[in-house]
Amino acid sequence: MNNSQKILISLIISSFWGLISNIVLGVFFILLIGSTIQFNYFSYIISSSIITLLIVFYDRKSLQIYISLFILTFILILIFTGLSPYGLNINENSFLQILFLLIQSFIILIGNIICLSGINKMSFNRLFLEILFLRVLKGFGFTFFLTIVLFPFYVMILMSLKTHQLLILNPLDLSIDITRGLNMFRSYIELFTDWGFGYYLLNSLIVSLSSIFIALIFAIPGAYAVARFNFPGKLLMINSILLIYLIPMITLLIPLYSFFTFINLRDSLFGLIIVYPAVTIPVAIYMLQGYFQTIPQELEEAGLVDGLSRTGVILKITLPLSLPAIASVSLFIFMVAWNEYLFAYMFLDTPAIFTLPRGLEQLDGTEVPRQHLMAGSVIATVPVIAVFLWAERYLTGGLTAGGIKG
Amino acid sequence: MGSSSYKKRMGPIEKQGVVQAYTMLVPTVAIVMAIVLFPLIANFWISFKDVTVSDLRIAEIKVTEKFQKKPKTKGDISKVEYRFNNFSKSSNIKNVNFKDILPKGLVIKELPNNCSISDNIINCQLGDFKPKEKKKIKFETIAENDYFISQENPKDTSPIVKGKSENRLLNLELKLKNFKEIFTSPNFWKTIRISFAYSLFSAIGSLTLGILAAQLLMTTFIGRGIIRGIFLFPYIAPIIAVTITWKILTDPFFGTINGILTQLQILNEPISFLQVRDMTINFLGFEFSFPVALSFVILFESWRYFPLAMIFILARLQSVPKELFEAAEIDGATPLQKFRSITWPLILGVLFVLFLLRFIWTFNKFDDIFLLTGGAAGTKTLTVDVYETGFNIGNLGTGAANAVLVFLILVFAAIFIIRFSPKE
Repeated sequence: MNNSQKILISLIISSFWGLISNIVLGVFFILLIGSTIQFNYFSYIISSSIITLLIVFYDRKSLQIYISLFILTFILILIFTGLSPYGLNINENSFLQILFLLIQSFIILIGNIICLSGINKMSFNRLFLEILFLRVLKGFGFTFFLTIVLFPFYVMILMSLKTHQLLILNPLDLSIDITRGLNMFRSYIELFTDWGFGYYLLNSLIVSLSSIFIALIFAIPGAYAVARFNFPGKLLMINSILLIYLIPMITLLIPLYSFFTFINLRDSLFGLIIVYPAVTIPVAIYMLQGYFQTIPQELEEAGLVDGLSRTGVILKITLPLSLPAIASVSLFIFMVAWNEYLFAYMFLDTPAIFTLPRGLEQLDGTEVPRQHLMAGSVIATVPVIAVFLWAERYLTGGLTAGGIKG
Repeated sequence: MGSSSYKKRMGPIEKQGVVQAYTMLVPTVAIVMAIVLFPLIANFWISFKDVTVSDLRIAEIKVTEKFQKKPKTKGDISKVEYRFNNFSKSSNIKNVNFKDILPKGLVIKELPNNCSISDNIINCQLGDFKPKEKKKIKFETIAENDYFISQENPKDTSPIVKGKSENRLLNLELKLKNFKEIFTSPNFWKTIRISFAYSLFSAIGSLTLGILAAQLLMTTFIGRGIIRGIFLFPYIAPIIAVTITWKILTDPFFGTINGILTQLQILNEPISFLQVRDMTINFLGFEFSFPVALSFVILFESWRYFPLAMIFILARLQSVPKELFEAAEIDGATPLQKFRSITWPLILGVLFVLFLLRFIWTFNKFDDIFLLTGGAAGTKTLTVDVYETGFNIGNLGTGAANAVLVFLILVFAAIFIIRFSPKE
């Protein structure tokens, strides 16, 4: 590859990183400080290009070099933007400005290094162009996906910490005012003291945990029977399990609503604690039986020979061995029960027994300030995401082994 | 027949196994039958009935009691009056029977014809009540000595009224009225069209994003697990929380997205993404109307469900030995060639299953559109219609008929898709 080709490619790639880092971080920055900023695209592209040319033509790999390149990027941007990287005076919000600029320099540097690694050893052909193109595309992909995924949650959290007046005054200003201290969490506190979110949280917890418990009690024997025994109608059973999962909830709504009204189960948590397990049991059976089949039958036979009953075998041998699958099934049921909206909305009328989704929906219907709505959303979202992240290591093993694979 | 010959070939131990299997399965099957299969069949039943939400309350006779001219001395005459009212607008109540305890010492002067009395308990046969019918019983009492000892008021004991009210859900009157109503509705085809467009494009959208995200995560790098976890956020967060957030984000007055888009000068003026039905767009001299709210809801669905597609595709790709990709690389295949000739054929089967699942689930989906737009601005799908006819208008029968329609369309769509699936 000759030098002009290298320069051309470097310039294209560095322009991309200069531009994309400026737009994305600029938007997050606007939300954080709440005032308009200037997008100095051109200055960023020039700084990025100079760095890139250095990377390509001074091709040495060491930590010192990278650190000095990083500092150089930072300084170059400052110089080319005339000491105001976001069109603001460097004295206001200087901490945030410098922080964002550091992040941006880092992204520009790393993005360029990764995209251009090995450029000096490759020849200019289709393979090289495709690899390069895909690297840029991947960089763009990560930025794109992280932005669309995190943006709503970012706004959710920032807004929940604001006051009503400030949100009306400037909807773009989501800056956190640390001087307000505990007052920042006022909407959270008010939700618990004035809006009964403590009850909602408790009810959601009761419903979710009971659903897990009941569903497992029913699903484990069922899954075991499907996995271990041969019986007439087994195939039909396995097929119908999957079909049941496709039945629209909305077709069950009117009959269950009528039926539960007759037997006075509507407007009680019991109704939900019956419905949630029933709709999750088919999937639970499917996942569990897949895992049970991977446990060697010889282990269970040894237990039977040693005088254990079938129940004993299940409790003492099969279940301890299938903990990962049970964990992932529990997580699945927890997520369904915690997030479920339709039945909670149709079945619950008394505020004291609302689950979180129902309570939040009720809150949305009243003229409540939006920071309360956002705080409520955070309260509903954090537990399920926390449980999920904590349990994810079991989930990966459990899910793939449990038959989702393939 | 098949099952009986199956049984004959089994030894005694296996037969024992069959018994054990059935004992283990019975409770599980029973609860699923009761909560899933029974309602599904019941829904078909209700769709042929003319019932409203108010019919669910079993009709009862309300009774009010009056006691006038409280006696002061022996021999005083007082009046007792009972009023009965069938508040139900549609239900007959048959063989109504009424009982009440009178205080000691109050003697009835003239017992009404249809009543009898024994041990101070008055018992009346009131006959049948038509919907909204009212009836009365009046009589006079004479106070005796006993009354002034106990000083009880007739109103102290509450009267008991019993009658046979028919349950309109269970009677055998089956009509086609609900289906007629649906098919003659002027919005019927529009609703169907919107439902299909919504499901189809949402499925395509979430699958496309899912493929791209899975490609990103196929490369190994530090922190891949964390990023994978973050990518799943839209899917695991409660639907109510994310819909509220997106509603606030797209608010035309105080919404962040409109703020940013106008700030970046992409939009001239804010758009209310969830409330505007159509927008005329001038493109290369052609004017065409663009369904804004529907498109936004489809984008939302793609955003919320791409993680599911991503997980399935990743699981499929990771189950393939790495050597396959490495061999291709040694042979000089470019990344795009690798994608086209290795990855794509590998995931085609999963993609097909995913498309089927996403299409069906989106078609079934009620919460998302209901919470985002409430079915307004040209986003009313069949499932929202089920809720609207069944509960907003209060016509359970029509709602159930709509639900039957959802179910049938899905069965046909599934058969159709499976029929024309790529053979693998």
